[in-house]
Amino acid sequence: MSTPAIVIAACCVITAAIKAVGPVALGGRDLPTWFTSVVILLSPALLAALVATQAFANGDHLAISADTAGVAAGGLAIWRTGSIIACVVLAAAVTAGVRAL
Amino acid sequence: MESGFSPVLATVFSAIVFAGSAQFASISIIGAGGGAGAAIAAATLMNSRFLPMSAAVGPSFRGGPLKRAAKGQTVVDASWAMSSRGDGTFDEHLLIGASAIAYTTWVSGTAVGAIWGDKLGDPSSFGLDAIFPAFFFGLLLNELRSPRSRGVAALGTAIALVLVPITPPGVPVLVASLASLVGLTRRARAEVLESEEAEGAPR
Repeated sequence: MSTPAIVIAACCVITAAIKAVGPVALGGRDLPTWFTSVVILLSPALLAALVATQAFANGDHLAISADTAGVAAGGLAIWRTGSIIACVVLAAAVTAGVRAL
Repeated sequence: MESGFSPVLATVFSAIVFAGSAQFASISIIGAGGGAGAAIAAATLMNSRFLPMSAAVGPSFRGGPLKRAAKGQTVVDASWAMSSRGDGTFDEHLLIGASAIAYTTWVSGTAVGAIWGDKLGDPSSFGLDAIFPAFFFGLLLNELRSPRSRGVAALGTAIALVLVPITPPGVPVLVASLASLVGLTRRARAEVLESEEAEGAPR
């Protein structure tokens, strides 16, 4: 199996299990507070790390490049307009523009 | 398509996993040269939020264990939030209906995007490699409502950037997830407890 196929198969099984455990096994019982508290904060931690690594990392070194400018522009767009479409389109346009210079 | 995901594989991914941020996270890690293990781990961490979310919906589902497990598969962020009645119970018909629409849009959108992107040639000359981080940025801004989540995001960023030069691709993002352990502090747990008591549901 290719790497993408392995990733897809594993994600399918794990995601289905995560979504089934709640309604079946817990059946109304609350999860421990510490668990919920950590899980809520997983999204900001992971998303911030993904943005940072993709905007600044080129392989194993940090660099400011065309996509850094594009992501910054996209961030500005969503902050000002709230539109994820505007954010994504502007990020791609600025990145392509800076690269074409 | 970048990172070895053919248009067919990308569409299959959307059809059987149906969790945008986890899909993007794992594809990003593979695209950056990370291994399958790191990609799967990142997707699992990303999807762990479905555990408290589906647990909260659980009591609102009718039917036996199999039916409830199947209904649990329809839990995704937007429809979960939409179907919450605000008193700890959920409208299961609204949840399933909203998810069905989101599912159709998501899978067909992936197919169109993947086929179109594949015909485009070099995606970087169109700036398409900036789409993933920009999309994550959009999701991230929604998460930054509390000072604590802003602090966690800053800590996650710092951890990831420090690790980029010294660890293999994919690892910085996984280690950055440890920033969420800030949730173990007494004050963070007290706030979760408060909001649970106020809404009757986690989150």
